[in-house]
Amino acid sequence: MKIKLKVWRQKNAQDKGGFKTYNLDDVSEDMSFLEMFDVLNEDLVKKNEDPVHFDHDCREGICGMCSMYINGRPHGPKQTTTCQLHMRSFNDGDTITVEPWRAKAFPVVKDLVVDRMSFDKIIQSGGYVSVNTGGVPDANEIPIPKKIADEAFDAATCIGCGACVAACKNASAMLFVSAKVSQLAMLPQGQVERKTRAENMVATMDAEGFGACTNTGACSAECPKGISLENIARLNREFLSAKASSDNV
Amino acid sequence: MKLDSKIPEGPLSEKWSKHKFNVKLVNPANKRKYDIIVVGTGLAGASAAASFGELGYNVKAFCFQDSPRRAHSIAAQGGINAAKNYQNDGDSVFRLFYDTVKGGDYRSREGNVHRLAEVSVNIIDQCVAQGVPFAREYGGLLANRSFGGAQVSRTFYARGQTGQQLLLGAYSALSRQVANGKVKLHAREEMLDLVMVDGNARGIVTRNLITGKIESHSAHAVVLATGGYGNVFYLSTNAMGSNVTAAWRAHKKGAFMANPCFTQIHPTCIPVSGDHQSKLTLMSESLRNDGRVWVPKTKEDAEKIRKGQLKPTELAEDKRDYYLERKYPSFGNLVPRDVASRNAKEVCDEGRGVNATGLAVYLDFADAIERDGEDLISAKYGNLFDMYQQITGENPYKTPMKIYPAVHYTMGGLWVDYNLMTTIPGCYAIGEANFSDHGANRLGASALMQGLADGYFVLPYTIGDYLANVPYDKIPTDHEAFKKAEAEVKERIDKLLSINGSKTVDEFHKDLGHIMWEYCGMSRNEAGLKKAKAEIKKLKEDYWSNVKVIGSNEELNMSLEKANRVADFIELGELMIDDALNRSESCGGHFREESQTEEGEAKRKDDEFSYVAAWEYNGEGKEETLNKEDLVFENVKLTQRSYK
Repeated sequence: MKIKLKVWRQKNAQDKGGFKTYNLDDVSEDMSFLEMFDVLNEDLVKKNEDPVHFDHDCREGICGMCSMYINGRPHGPKQTTTCQLHMRSFNDGDTITVEPWRAKAFPVVKDLVVDRMSFDKIIQSGGYVSVNTGGVPDANEIPIPKKIADEAFDAATCIGCGACVAACKNASAMLFVSAKVSQLAMLPQGQVERKTRAENMVATMDAEGFGACTNTGACSAECPKGISLENIARLNREFLSAKASSDNV
Repeated sequence: MKLDSKIPEGPLSEKWSKHKFNVKLVNPANKRKYDIIVVGTGLAGASAAASFGELGYNVKAFCFQDSPRRAHSIAAQGGINAAKNYQNDGDSVFRLFYDTVKGGDYRSREGNVHRLAEVSVNIIDQCVAQGVPFAREYGGLLANRSFGGAQVSRTFYARGQTGQQLLLGAYSALSRQVANGKVKLHAREEMLDLVMVDGNARGIVTRNLITGKIESHSAHAVVLATGGYGNVFYLSTNAMGSNVTAAWRAHKKGAFMANPCFTQIHPTCIPVSGDHQSKLTLMSESLRNDGRVWVPKTKEDAEKIRKGQLKPTELAEDKRDYYLERKYPSFGNLVPRDVASRNAKEVCDEGRGVNATGLAVYLDFADAIERDGEDLISAKYGNLFDMYQQITGENPYKTPMKIYPAVHYTMGGLWVDYNLMTTIPGCYAIGEANFSDHGANRLGASALMQGLADGYFVLPYTIGDYLANVPYDKIPTDHEAFKKAEAEVKERIDKLLSINGSKTVDEFHKDLGHIMWEYCGMSRNEAGLKKAKAEIKKLKEDYWSNVKVIGSNEELNMSLEKANRVADFIELGELMIDDALNRSESCGGHFREESQTEEGEAKRKDDEFSYVAAWEYNGEGKEETLNKEDLVFENVKLTQRSYK
């Protein structure tokens, strides 16, 4: 396949950046999208040019590190991670535009690499159950209905890639936050801190500069793990009920 | 040097309890006076850092990824073992211990493995309390499955994403300690050297991957939780960034490297499709519970399939060779990983391999789908089938999957004693980074168990024994030892940047991987290993005179990062070959062609090789010294493994 790539190049956070075009003549349809970039980068290095920097690690669709905005969609045309997108999803002769995630809370570091530490900060503000190592009850002490456990699991599959933020016109992090709040709100282990968790995580989300949610659903439609919009509805309920009967006395 | 494993005296089942009582404690009020560095934030690193923080120590946690949640533990699929005996099927701590020692082909320490089996039960409790959504039965209790050839159902799982859920649990505990101010996170920062003062580990030198700044960090102890070195083979199931650098730097400062040739080749991976391939994808071993492995009986049929003239579904039953079921009637498709891998290689070497490259065998679900229905199979393996289809473009519900073995896990690693301390005082290694508990072959669902055991339940106890004797004084980072280490790191980076040769880092890495896979992979022999050693020596010389690294240090420079890592992989490769040459027996994942039974199975030589080979660095270009730690077996009887 022949592919024309229009790639965002930006030397560092201060640089203005701009698109640069590369022509690839020998792309195999079995390549993953990132392997195509590997080939391009080998070529650039041989020509003494700076390779295109992009985040990636596991290349199995689970670490959540890869983050390319491809033809106007996070992770490209399929509902998957960029590393699991294969060139057979494109046609010979296609022009493909590749940009970094675009969101105030995800500043560009270089080329396609962005800083997603704001997600870590949200988790740090409450995305856990406060139990120390040791001194916990036997794992089978509290039975959990399978349906509840499965639903909590669905929310827990979020990989923290940030596609939801990149897809949202307001760069809202509601899907990400709601996935964690939902997981722990559904499980008995999460009950003790249920209210403070919802309040604190939402407050951090706002403080980190993520936008408001207007329920367009782009986040869920683009989520590589298919995290459902129901979680956002649940977060809204959790947040309201926490505010109405706050434990923050 | 005489290696002291510090295994406590006394009966096996009392060793750990006694040891916990005998180790020195650090007074709760004094814990805040100690700083601990933890490098790596996978299951072992994150759980250790979180637990240290909870205890009151000051922790600095480092990872090269953009967030601790990305560590490659996240990709573990199948499950985690624990001797809970929730299924009432005869499991016990002793049975898990026994299976693990046997599965490791009697090359691990009894004391360590028994402790691992003991604390396995606590791990499950801890994870459930954190909100890890393990699979459950309709009655609300936890579900288990049999995994990787175990005769009992002791594996806890979270669909095909167990590693992800466990890591997110540990990451959440770590995040809580970050919020509490007990852990300071350093993401996108890579350890490039270990700093020693008066013979003790007292800190590390790192490179900030965004700015290139070389920084020193001082502490009272350093914990390496930096994972395995499978990427020495270039293609493996490891993440792209997984590397040996931190462990190798420690090795060069005096930490012995144990059994480096013990690598695990996992039988169920998606086969290589072309030269562009950057990594291999594992399909969980659990697939072998329902899938049947086969190749055509004749070379002629295999060739027709390779050329696309015949579809696998069209080949009649009697023309298929279900070789695992034929050769191992009692274990069948569930034989341990090393046996399954070697057999796949064997049938492909005979010319009966199936995809275009001839390096693949079938894993067929047709019978399982007919028996249980597509819905049930989809509920069990849906995400794996989807992943397979995304990567290969083929539908495994309709046509058999194609699989081939790939490098997956490294049992070897830094030598540690019972306290998980390396041969450098104050430097610990946990998780896959140490050699510890898996012997010569790791059983399925045991890696997650060991990582979390080390981090949650072993090291938090044993590290106190060392720290209790360390003065509170902090060593300033302008101490000459730090300055010297920084200068060495800078010099090496300058060297790499100045060579400006004609071959890229990836090209060197591929060459290295090719040598290792060919001669130090699934089966090894003396002539091949000697040849490989000469080739690696040449590769190393060529690397340092002809590698091409673009850009400068003072920026995000991924080719420089890779260059640093590949330089260390080349040196490690050489040591792996020395180790494989020395061990002229076959055991577990290490198969020496010279040492096999009449039936072609691995043959151990217990009287000669019942020891841990711990290698000591002697300086640039010098051969390493072999130190032996004899393995003593008092509770299990050494037998030839048989899965017939």
